[in-house]
Amino acid sequence: MSKILVIAEHLDGKLNPSTARAVSAAAAVKPEAIDVLVLAAQADAIAAEAAKIEGVSRVLTVARAENAHPLAAVLAPQIAKAAAGYTHVFGPSTTFGKDVMPRVAALLGTAQVSDVMSVEGSHSFKRPIYAGNAIVTVEAEPSHVVVATIRTASWPAAASGNGNASVEALSVDAALPSHTRFVELRQGKSDRPDLQSASKVVSGGRGVGSKENFEIIYKLADKLGAGVGASRAAVDAGYVPSDLQVGQTGKIIAPELYMAIGISGAIQHLTGIKDAGTIVAINKDGEAPIFEVADIGLVGDLFKLLPEIEQAIG
Amino acid sequence: MMKILVGYKRVVDYNVRIQVKPDGTGVVTDGVKLSANPFDDIALEEALRLREKGLAEEVVVVGIGPSDLTAHLRNGLAMGANRAIHVVTADAVQPLTAARTLLKLVEKEQPGLVILGKQAIDDDANQTGQMLAALWDRPQATFASKVEIADGKATVTREVDAGLEVISVDLPAVVTSDLRLNEPRFIKLPDIMKAKSKPIDLIELATLGVDSGDHLKTTHYAAPAKRSKGVMVKDAAELVAALKQKGLL
Repeated sequence: MSKILVIAEHLDGKLNPSTARAVSAAAAVKPEAIDVLVLAAQADAIAAEAAKIEGVSRVLTVARAENAHPLAAVLAPQIAKAAAGYTHVFGPSTTFGKDVMPRVAALLGTAQVSDVMSVEGSHSFKRPIYAGNAIVTVEAEPSHVVVATIRTASWPAAASGNGNASVEALSVDAALPSHTRFVELRQGKSDRPDLQSASKVVSGGRGVGSKENFEIIYKLADKLGAGVGASRAAVDAGYVPSDLQVGQTGKIIAPELYMAIGISGAIQHLTGIKDAGTIVAINKDGEAPIFEVADIGLVGDLFKLLPEIEQAIG
Repeated sequence: MMKILVGYKRVVDYNVRIQVKPDGTGVVTDGVKLSANPFDDIALEEALRLREKGLAEEVVVVGIGPSDLTAHLRNGLAMGANRAIHVVTADAVQPLTAARTLLKLVEKEQPGLVILGKQAIDDDANQTGQMLAALWDRPQATFASKVEIADGKATVTREVDAGLEVISVDLPAVVTSDLRLNEPRFIKLPDIMKAKSKPIDLIELATLGVDSGDHLKTTHYAAPAKRSKGVMVKDAAELVAALKQKGLL
């Protein structure tokens, strides 16, 4: 039987929703136990959140000052030690998980399965390659622990609230390096819903034209209570910061409603949105590839249409 | 003065529309254009800029692959690398094997910095740099959008989900490049001529004593599920009505 360790992602003392999505993927393996590992400077509040996730057996905490920031070189040796006795170690396929999990896999001498979209068996998984243009089924060797990152857009967050996992402090005997130091995290301050977990997202592309013009995207987003995203072209042109980028090398998201405004729909962008519930495209070019994937398309001038849409919503 | 090792993988060109073979045994690669992994071009560009700033004296590009990979490594030399190392193997290697192979070269070459692309656009694994750093027991600075070197340390700005994270790492270290680290230069014709006389070391993978980490077996390839064709609406009012009908507004 499988035993799965899920690595919790958190920031500012709060559990990231990606953790509950990784728990969903773990549950799909039908293991005898799913434990969540919280590595933090102060783990109690985060562990309490994790303990409420349904399906979690135990929450293990390693609270030490060195874990104040998610430095892969510091976390990986602890995770590798904590992995003893588990058949699988899962982390979210976010920049956090992508950074730390391969380091864990290498320490454990095992291959990593990146971006798990579906679980076909305890050692069989589907994952995307070529920017999602092909989906492969991969078999991992049962003789090794399976280290995997979970493509969060493919998994619902496991329900939270009814879980009642025990919380236990874990003592991990791992030498931690001092060669890597956190300096700062520059975050875009925003009251809008988080792009990665928002149920509605409004994204702007090159067609928006400038940083100033992007205001029209924020305005519609606020009207809808939506998160804001952008295409790579809009980020490269300096309209918005890079953490708003949606696509193959940005964030891969699955909101219920995705509105692509002035986005032509390069394959790299489409990779990031194809699990969205409903895709709306607004573009002045009726031939734009975004219309091939849009559920609802509207050809026209976004600067004229967006105010009209706001008005029609009422 | 330090040496910089750069991973330089060859992949299906990013403009090629990937087709899955009807029998599910792979993707069509016969006759398609192959190019440098875009992230590796960015990695190489960064190494060249550090050399041009006087912070490094030598840039070495490394490839792992079949005998015809040499022509691809010549492009890296034409871009400006001093020399190349071609680890020859007929079979594609998985990230753990690639990392173990790079570790052997690192032990031999003793670079002050290794720069790799954050991921290759074929398998999209995003693992090799992190794995090399782990095996080498050195720092990693992944998804870099800015690299500053001073006093034996690298200060690296990383593109993370929450924004931009800055970390400081002691050298030697592994850096992996993100898209906005730089814009790679174009190769000029005279540089292609010059590259012909630059050295390429050939090393058979089998002679390096690398324990294979190719633990994953790909059993099936499939085309992604297609989204069904949607509807076009003619104005804002129709759009809002359609969204209301779906319960989205």
